[in-house]
Amino acid sequence: MKLAVLCCWFAIGLFLLALPLSAQQTPAASSPATASSAPHSEVSKEVSDKLAQLDQRVTAAQAAGDNAWMLTSAALVLMMTGPGLALFYGGLVRRKNTLAIMMQSFAMMGLISVLWALVGYSLAFGGDGPVIGNFSHAFLRGVGMDPNVDYAGTIPHLTFMIYQMMFAVITPALITGATAERMKFSGTVLFMTLWFFIVYAPLAHMVWGKGGFLNAAGGRFPCLDFAGGTVVHISSGVSALVCALYMGKRIGFPKQPMPPHSLVLSFIGACLLWVGWFGFNAGSALAANGLAASAFVATHLGAAAAAIGWSVAEWFKNGKASALGAISGAVAGLVAITPAAGFVRPMPAMVIGLAAGVLCYFMVTRVKALFGYDDALDAFGVHGAGGTIGALLTGVFAQQIVNPIFGPNNPVGGRDGHWAQVGNQLVGVLIAWGFALVGTIVILKITDLVTGFRANEEQEMDGLDISQHGEEAYYLES
Amino acid sequence: MMKLEAIIQPSRFESVKDALREVGIEGMTVTEVRGHGRQKGHTEVYRGREYTVDLLPKIKLEMVLPDKLVNTVVDTILKTAKTGKIGDGKIFISRVEEAIRIRNEERGESAL
Repeated sequence: MKLAVLCCWFAIGLFLLALPLSAQQTPAASSPATASSAPHSEVSKEVSDKLAQLDQRVTAAQAAGDNAWMLTSAALVLMMTGPGLALFYGGLVRRKNTLAIMMQSFAMMGLISVLWALVGYSLAFGGDGPVIGNFSHAFLRGVGMDPNVDYAGTIPHLTFMIYQMMFAVITPALITGATAERMKFSGTVLFMTLWFFIVYAPLAHMVWGKGGFLNAAGGRFPCLDFAGGTVVHISSGVSALVCALYMGKRIGFPKQPMPPHSLVLSFIGACLLWVGWFGFNAGSALAANGLAASAFVATHLGAAAAAIGWSVAEWFKNGKASALGAISGAVAGLVAITPAAGFVRPMPAMVIGLAAGVLCYFMVTRVKALFGYDDALDAFGVHGAGGTIGALLTGVFAQQIVNPIFGPNNPVGGRDGHWAQVGNQLVGVLIAWGFALVGTIVILKITDLVTGFRANEEQEMDGLDISQHGEEAYYLES
Repeated sequence: MMKLEAIIQPSRFESVKDALREVGIEGMTVTEVRGHGRQKGHTEVYRGREYTVDLLPKIKLEMVLPDKLVNTVVDTILKTAKTGKIGDGKIFISRVEEAIRIRNEERGESAL
């Protein structure tokens, strides 16, 4: 009896034990092939798919952010030429030359844009030669929505191309400050076309292009130029000086007073330049990243310190701080911080700005008077001098912690103990000076033979608005 | 009839005009002019280049008056236009032969 009860409990126990086992075995039995390895590999595949998806999304989000910032930057840089520079220069000339000087800037927005798309971009950023690019991207062949990994891996190639185009547009426009009030329009068009091909495109390639011998990343003389101290400002500033010397003074200079006809226009123009410069410098990070933020801050502080530097110098000399002085100082600071923006910390940025403000003040007041050249709107005094001091000080203040361009843990500039970089900067500066000097002389000779460069006396007296364009900026009788 | 031309400081113009209205002057012609007498100009400096501005902005008032009003007007202008500094301007008075109102061809003092 006792044995029968025990057996009964044993059977029930067995049955209860077998229940979960059989329940577990039922689905497994329906797919015997994967029975042993399935759970582990299925999970890992799912995870890796998810990770790949996530990776793709992160890349896409970064690309979207970078592209948004770079397209905005391109538009900001265009705004520097028109209306920024056009207003800045426009206000500084006499009333009869207002439209002519504005038109010289605006013409670059048309002319250089087209030349850039045709072959300019390819000559600057195609191929990997030491001095100049090639024709691989002529007519924008191969420039599409996929990134160009040689330059900017996260933004469409088209974005990179149009961003660089805006630099090519403003650079020749800067020269017109030196030749203001006496350069004829046909000569301007020819000169700028030649200058773009002979000076700008090669210099841009040397400094920024893949394989360029001044390129900071792997060039023979690694010259630090974040946003165009040599390529944009030294090249245009030095060429401006050559043009001013070649073409001579305006009729009546320096005896006849030629005060700016509207500092209000210049004021608005300078403020637009300041804002546009954020696209110029912070955009040169080619991404919406920390380096862009660093360059943005350096740019702003450089401009601010330079406005103070110029104003204080002027206050000491003349007893007054003028509005023209303050805005000129800001522009000088923006010029000087351009090569340095993506390499220096905020405090050195202020030092660079302050130095540029004071130096450029003495360039346009003292040095110009000493030599007596008629750099009408101080294109050399501000861009040539400011670009040079900026390029050299970049070698002093560049830091690995801001931009490890020579590889992680490798010192960059003097602040890192790598004083040889100042020498590299000097090489870059001298080559930019020499290249602009020689190139411009050749171009001036050609221009003079073909169209002529300077307006004749009667045209100059009438004003370039009427004599070159057949219109007036201010038609006061209407 | 007398013609009175007064060249005054632009800053005094509103006061002079108001004072003249109070003494009954109804018509005047006003021009913004530039010139200088003994007053020296000032210098302006643009990027280190100094310009001496010696033609300074002034206001020229012109009015033709019946003889009896001339003294009152001169006194009024002297009182209101004076700041006591060099550059306050001058008053010129001359005789006028004839005045003609174009609308109805009235002549003489009644045309004023």
